Amino acid sequence: LAPQQAGFDIFERNFGSVLTNERTQGERIRIEGRVFDGIGTVLKDVLIEIWQANAAGRYAHPADRQPGKAEDPEFRGWGRSCTDFDTGVYTFETIKPGVVTGRNGRFMAPHINVWVVARGINLGLNTRLYFSDEAEANAKDAVLNIIEWEARRATLVAQRSPGTGTGASGVPVYRFDIRLQGEGETVFFDI
Amino acid sequence: MRAPAPDAEYLMRDTTSHPPALTPAYKTSVLRSPRLAPISLQQSLSEVTAPVFRAEEFGPLDHDLILNASKDGLPIGERIVVHGYVHDQLGRPVPNALVEVWQANASGRYRHKKDQYIGALDPNFGGCGRMLTDAHGYYAYRTIRPGPYPWRNRVNDWRPAHIHYAISGSGWVQRLITQMYFEGDPLIATCPILRIVPSEEQIRGLIALQDTSAFVQLDSRAYRFDIVLRGQRATLFENAVQA
Repeated sequence: LAPQQAGFDIFERNFGSVLTNERTQGERIRIEGRVFDGIGTVLKDVLIEIWQANAAGRYAHPADRQPGKAEDPEFRGWGRSCTDFDTGVYTFETIKPGVVTGRNGRFMAPHINVWVVARGINLGLNTRLYFSDEAEANAKDAVLNIIEWEARRATLVAQRSPGTGTGASGVPVYRFDIRLQGEGETVFFDI
Repeated sequence: MRAPAPDAEYLMRDTTSHPPALTPAYKTSVLRSPRLAPISLQQSLSEVTAPVFRAEEFGPLDHDLILNASKDGLPIGERIVVHGYVHDQLGRPVPNALVEVWQANASGRYRHKKDQYIGALDPNFGGCGRMLTDAHGYYAYRTIRPGPYPWRNRVNDWRPAHIHYAISGSGWVQRLITQMYFEGDPLIATCPILRIVPSEEQIRGLIALQDTSAFVQLDSRAYRFDIVLRGQRATLFENAVQA
């Protein structure tokens, strides 16, 4: 799925971890994190994909017919990232999504859908990334609120910190670590 | 039957027909499987939508693994065509689905930094391909049949010949990675990864059948492999909000 990462070139255009171009609308953000196994080892062979709405809260898909939300032709809303072979860090450069209306008109806070696959993971794991600076919205979110163990909800909240430097490295960073098993285990969804 | 509304929800995944997360005979799963039960979500727009791909994003050889990494000649190995249909559980074709494949070469060696197997690399074989299904859900690609290879699980475990698949359909809930095997391969009976699939019927669903009618004379043999994604059911009653 990521031939360049494997060490060779084959396709002219590769799918990657940068979801934006210079014309994409919305606040630029960077997502960074690592994936840990049941004894806290950082995994270095994980592939992660994300699927998200644009800055207006609209998905680039024909089934999205939410009224009053504009399409952004410069944003597909999907990306793929591999953890680094040395550090285990994965990254995405994207934009912060707007609010998407949930099932039966219920409120959903801004979020990104995350899919995790790797050696030893028999069926891809689904989770969601929420944002630490959206505490008020998160408290009303229809999905977070079905997790009856309140302490587990925090595993889905990425922590914001200001970026350092210029250009792509100067944008706010959201750190989202994923714990597959054990203490602080990330909430996974059967969707 | 009424066609489903584009945002109609998908049928529940039948977890009894998939491998569980924890399968100790496949050792790597032991520390990489969640201990807590997944939380079931009723689907929203976030789950029933998925990325859309366009034909012009793909190169003319993206689905031809015999030629797409060729440097100074043809790769060595058995020439095969693999083809089939992607449809959902209700039998509807899934058009415009992204099908990505990757595999070892005829020696059972991957072109990947981390593969140290003694089996020889082939300078003319890359091992990756991708394509979109057509309006009928049909896909086809051409490749070299991969060889089996050893792996560190038990000390003498060998994978049957297989091709990895990733499929992105019309909804995020259909996202699927799987592996395709070849009819008649005796390693299928003993593979610890394949044996995590809970039923023989589901295992059969992962085995491509030799398709003699699609052989290309004096050129290639062929295998047929169909893929079933989750079905999208019609919305027969509207979801009025009960205030």
